[in-house]
Amino acid sequence: MKFERPHALTDAQFHYCPGCSHGIVHRLVAEAIDELGVEGRTAGVASVGCSVFAYNYFNCDMIQSPHGRAQAVATGIKRVHPENIVFTYQGDGDLAAIGTAETVHAATRGENITVIFINNAIYGMTGGQMAPTTLPGQITQTTPYGRSVKDAGHPIRVCEMLSTLDGVALAQRVSVDSVKNVKQAKNAIRKAFEYQIEGRGYTIVEVLSTCPTNWGLSIQDSLEWLRNNMMPYYPLGVYKDTGGKEAVK
Amino acid sequence: MPEKVLMKGNEALAEAAIMAGCRYFFGYPITPQTEVAMHMSKRMPKVGGVYLQAESEVAAINMVLGASAAGARAMTSSSSPGISLKSEGLSYIAGSDVPAVIANVQRAGPGLGGIQPSQADYFQATRAAGHGDFKMLVLAPSTVQEIIDLVADAFALGDEYRMPVMILSDGLLGQMMEPVVIDETKKINIPERPWAISGHENKRKHNVVNSLYIEPPDLEAILKARYEKYELIKKKEQRCEEYMTDDAEIVVVAYGASARISRSAVDAARKDGIKAGLIRLITLWPYPDDAIISRMATAKAFLCVEMSMGQMVDDVRLIVGGKRDVRFFGRTGGMIPTPAEVLREIKNIKGGF
Repeated sequence: MKFERPHALTDAQFHYCPGCSHGIVHRLVAEAIDELGVEGRTAGVASVGCSVFAYNYFNCDMIQSPHGRAQAVATGIKRVHPENIVFTYQGDGDLAAIGTAETVHAATRGENITVIFINNAIYGMTGGQMAPTTLPGQITQTTPYGRSVKDAGHPIRVCEMLSTLDGVALAQRVSVDSVKNVKQAKNAIRKAFEYQIEGRGYTIVEVLSTCPTNWGLSIQDSLEWLRNNMMPYYPLGVYKDTGGKEAVK
Repeated sequence: MPEKVLMKGNEALAEAAIMAGCRYFFGYPITPQTEVAMHMSKRMPKVGGVYLQAESEVAAINMVLGASAAGARAMTSSSSPGISLKSEGLSYIAGSDVPAVIANVQRAGPGLGGIQPSQADYFQATRAAGHGDFKMLVLAPSTVQEIIDLVADAFALGDEYRMPVMILSDGLLGQMMEPVVIDETKKINIPERPWAISGHENKRKHNVVNSLYIEPPDLEAILKARYEKYELIKKKEQRCEEYMTDDAEIVVVAYGASARISRSAVDAARKDGIKAGLIRLITLWPYPDDAIISRMATAKAFLCVEMSMGQMVDDVRLIVGGKRDVRFFGRTGGMIPTPAEVLREIKNIKGGF
């Protein structure tokens, strides 16, 4: 068996740091697009953050959105081309801080889009500041003494929050820290796209991700840190799945 | 010949957009533009279009970015405080070379200001609609009929130049009713958008709609090319209406609601033997520089009348360059100037000759 680049990825070289999860997740998204044969009718929305250059990496039509607004932009595209597949690719700062309103409302509208949500508990592109998902006590550039819950509040558990909304068809948290988890992540992403094709409504796959550069850890240690710290706070699992029910549209 | 119907400015604005082929409207309630959204919510489902009430003006303008980038004629409308929220999206739309139509039914500011008519968003519309180097075409109707005509032009111009176009209305024009002719037989030509995010169907290279250019030489080159386009627009698209300016010694310059008032004042001045005239601006950007320059032949003074503390007057000062007297008269905060007040200003200027 030959290990090849998925067609839905361009041949541009990723700019991501060694050990960053973006490369794996990009590949999983591209594999799902290939397997479903939908590249020609897919639109991706790149958001602000490290993954903004996703428009260089995916072979489907791509648009770059303002910070936090990816799901509003995706809504506009989807309303014009309801038959097309529309996905956003967003980090935790983009989705759960500046874009919280756009996220919650796209979800509650049941907007028939797929959201790939990279949760690495930090702002990567700007150099490692506190994110809405930064863990209590976690040291970042703007929480130099560790995130104080008293001053900075609590992290947001996005899948748990969104699973309360009626418009959500799938909310699942996965990780790409091991072969087993990568496979599970792939299945979740593919399922999200399938649900969109079936018109079931809003789908979100949250991927617990590493940022060795801004965490100040080696690649190996960052995987351990994710397992020991992020997974207990952000348990992997399916938070909502309307799979057994009738399609909503 | 289509018959005349009575329409409110805001409803006319919405209906004209539908006639121009706009099928995607993203709105958010705010006085005094809410009738635009109300009309769209009623009409869009009837014409196979989409009315979507967004969670905020910020979301609405970004939905316009998405829908327009996807290849469709799309618009949003708001009033002054809401337009401030849209400024981020306007900058991205301009930076991504995406057409869009945005209506601002102006009310008084700053802050929550008031809900009465105003023209205090002139600087925002023509100078600083958002961050960075960019321009929007800005069209200023002064009657309900002209709202209809300019909305059609706005969509056409947006497509032609791939840029945002603002209809700068105000609470007075939005709320007033006037008889209008809606010509439904008029053919609309919506050009193809080969650059759109519509799915490449394995027939072309993937399209990218983007405003990010991380290499400074690339971004500078893009901006310079865009400004060449703006220069072309300045040459081709300046529009205004002149009234009794041929021999005018006092040229009143105004747009929108204040131009209607100024016209009555010019009539009254003429009755009193004063050689007054009016340049009514239709495009605010590009500014009709040429009309001002040509009127300098007879004009001893220009009088700018605005519903603001004085914004558009700066453009006249820049064009005239100190060679003629440039005066300003304005009411603001939702107050509307009267013809008598404008006439008094004209007479004051005349007295100084």
